[in-house]
Amino acid sequence: MSSENQSASGRAEWPLWEIFIRSKQGLDHKHVGSLHAADAQMAIENARDVYTRRMEGVSIWVVESKYIHASNPDDAASFYDPASDKVYRHPTFYDLPDELKHM
Amino acid sequence: MPVQDLEKIFQDKIDADIRIEPKDWMPDAYRKTLVRQMSQHAHSEIVGMLPEANWITRAPSLRRKATLIAKVQDEAGHGLYLYSAAETLGTGRDELLEQLHTGKAKYSSIFNYPTLTWADMGAIGWLVDGAAIMNQVPLCRASYGPYARAMVRICKEESFHQRQGFEILLTLSKGSEGQRRMCQDAIDRWWWPSVMMFGPNDDASPHTAQSMQWKIKRFSNDELRQRFVDICAEQVKILGMTLPDPDLAWNEERQHYDFGAINWDEFWNVIKGNGPCNKERLEARVKAHEEGAWVRKAALVHAEKRKNIVKKEIA
Repeated sequence: MSSENQSASGRAEWPLWEIFIRSKQGLDHKHVGSLHAADAQMAIENARDVYTRRMEGVSIWVVESKYIHASNPDDAASFYDPASDKVYRHPTFYDLPDELKHM
Repeated sequence: MPVQDLEKIFQDKIDADIRIEPKDWMPDAYRKTLVRQMSQHAHSEIVGMLPEANWITRAPSLRRKATLIAKVQDEAGHGLYLYSAAETLGTGRDELLEQLHTGKAKYSSIFNYPTLTWADMGAIGWLVDGAAIMNQVPLCRASYGPYARAMVRICKEESFHQRQGFEILLTLSKGSEGQRRMCQDAIDRWWWPSVMMFGPNDDASPHTAQSMQWKIKRFSNDELRQRFVDICAEQVKILGMTLPDPDLAWNEERQHYDFGAINWDEFWNVIKGNGPCNKERLEARVKAHEEGAWVRKAALVHAEKRKNIVKKEIA
């Protein structure tokens, strides 16, 4: 049994999984929450019972939470800085006459 | 960055209605308040399954049985949404459960009352879930993102719970003399505990001001309680029943119903563990957890074994 399954109280805890659900064909999978399960198969079955009791999904992804890497919110200001002064990436930046149609 | 600055950034975000997310800096007291409130709510959902499960095998028809099972399943789901949200604050599931099982964490006192007749299933749906909805709808805008999102999910599902409860009472209210009596009796027993679900009066609720500043709470206990009384006082007329409060009367000037004094001694007594079912509920919870221990262990060992088989096949 791997050490990350040992909780603070020292007992074995099922690993945590992040759950992503596609609500209908054509839409992205979206994060809905997490749950504990012994393995991926159980995580998918539990996700069905916890997050799709009312047909909220047609497809489920599960990822063990320890494999999620995230950006650091404390660095947000500098991290997203490169995009903040590039207004010319937006169509409204360009000054064009009102007569111009279909653009 | 000095703590004062972090605190200012934090409060500015809250004031601007920007949600706080798990990895954002937050004051320790905010984190603690949230873990306490969310886990208490999660525990309430889980313990809340017990009084209703009591009636699944004795539901009067297949339709009633199927809906009651679905409602109890929802409650398990609601508990899990909330545990999952609480875990984003760094407190593990085992720890949360241990707090419940050792009595360190509380759950809603309402579940320490017994469910004596089938009509109680109706009264719980109408009054207990009704009070819960009144409390929960504003929480959909709580400042902590994972909490607010869990509450949105929960509120969507609660509406069925309340409607099925009212339907049970409505059916009984049109039934025989005995059924009508049973209906009134359930309302009589569940009314005051439901009114107490909103917690102590505002002047006796020390955390309210801080929770409102943090936008965890949006309305005070007394505001929500008044709203609940106003709505139920009208709805009970449709049942042709009465609420057990001789002081209940419409106040034209306030545009609200006046209602009688709440028995706070009873409230605190049940919270302290002396309600009719405190011991029974906790024992049932602990028993279920302990008897499931070998399943949790076996599933882990099985998962480990399967992983090793896959590894060998690849090698």
